[in-house]
Amino acid sequence: MKSRHKRIAIIVAGIALLAIAATLLLQSFQSNLVFFFSPTEVIQGKSPNQGNFRVGGLVVEGSVKRDGTKVAFQITDTANSMNVIFTGILPDLFKEGKGVVAQGTQGADGVFVADQVLAKHDENYMPPEAADALEKAQQYNANKAAGEDK
Amino acid sequence: MNLFKYASPQTFYPLAGRLIPFFAIGAGLFIIYGLYIGMLVAPTDFQQGDAYRIIYVHVPAAWFSMFLYVVMAVYAILGLSLNAKLSFMMAKSIAPTGAMFTFVALITGAFWGRPTWGAWWVWDARLTSELILLFLYIGYMSLQAGIDDTRRSDRASAILAIVGVINVPIIYFSVKWWNTLHQGSSINTSGSSMAAVMLQAMLIMALGFWLYSAAVILTRVRREIEDRARATAWLNEFKD
Repeated sequence: MKSRHKRIAIIVAGIALLAIAATLLLQSFQSNLVFFFSPTEVIQGKSPNQGNFRVGGLVVEGSVKRDGTKVAFQITDTANSMNVIFTGILPDLFKEGKGVVAQGTQGADGVFVADQVLAKHDENYMPPEAADALEKAQQYNANKAAGEDK
Repeated sequence: MNLFKYASPQTFYPLAGRLIPFFAIGAGLFIIYGLYIGMLVAPTDFQQGDAYRIIYVHVPAAWFSMFLYVVMAVYAILGLSLNAKLSFMMAKSIAPTGAMFTFVALITGAFWGRPTWGAWWVWDARLTSELILLFLYIGYMSLQAGIDDTRRSDRASAILAIVGVINVPIIYFSVKWWNTLHQGSSINTSGSSMAAVMLQAMLIMALGFWLYSAAVILTRVRREIEDRARATAWLNEFKD
């Protein structure tokens, strides 16, 4: 075996070992790297029982109720939803039907008291006209589907 | 054609010198054109308004922060396995540019996060792994600078570069593997979720950043060749 081949073999073995180590490390990190829990996970008891954690999902349409700087709304993952209350200034992108991540604690009554609310936007970028057209097309299709059901 | 002809510093040095002006001029043209399309021609976004325009710097910078790290690690592997001096010099020359793009990605991300998310910084998997990338670049450069003997500093830092490459797929797939505040990729194998002109501007910027990287890295590698040759020339005077 030439020394160059030997060196390459050592490097390949080293990289393979590193890859295995990284995979194991990632697997053990899996649960700790979660930035937020969905309402379903909270109901299943996967979120911490005490202290701060984050809940993420979509703001339920029509659930936002404002009273001065106090805001109450619901976060849903379409399967389950949670009541959230928050006092403070909401980010500009906070909207009904859009993504949101709230940080805070869950009270005994199940209401989540948030001390920070972050807006989570998606990876779609388009001009407003295109978004309008898309929405209209979706509505048209939905109406059409509803018509066919009858 | 002999592929290894330019693998030695003596032949690579003049070639790099001839290529640099083309890369530099190309970089300038593409970046100006990309910024023009991105800032003036591309429409506003339906939910973020004009705030999204930082994407034209943020995303290409983030791409190159990761891509340059992989290229650096490949040169580190070549250097270690083939004992090629020029490969080590390339790896060393890539690091500062990669670190710069990582820094730009983090800073522009903060300026984008504040108006859209409502926070400059969050400790989600995407942001944290990108910050680790910056530390890896800094660690690599410190290790290079910290050991006086070139041969040893090349080898030690190469190992760090190779170990750290694990972080790149973690950054890239973090938004898929874990719940993150950071949104997913707009461009993937199934296409793009951006309007065509927006995508165009972003790709032009990326091309500009690529040419910029090439120009700067080749300039730096030439300086490195000069430095190392000078060290040998200086030693040779004393040898006999």
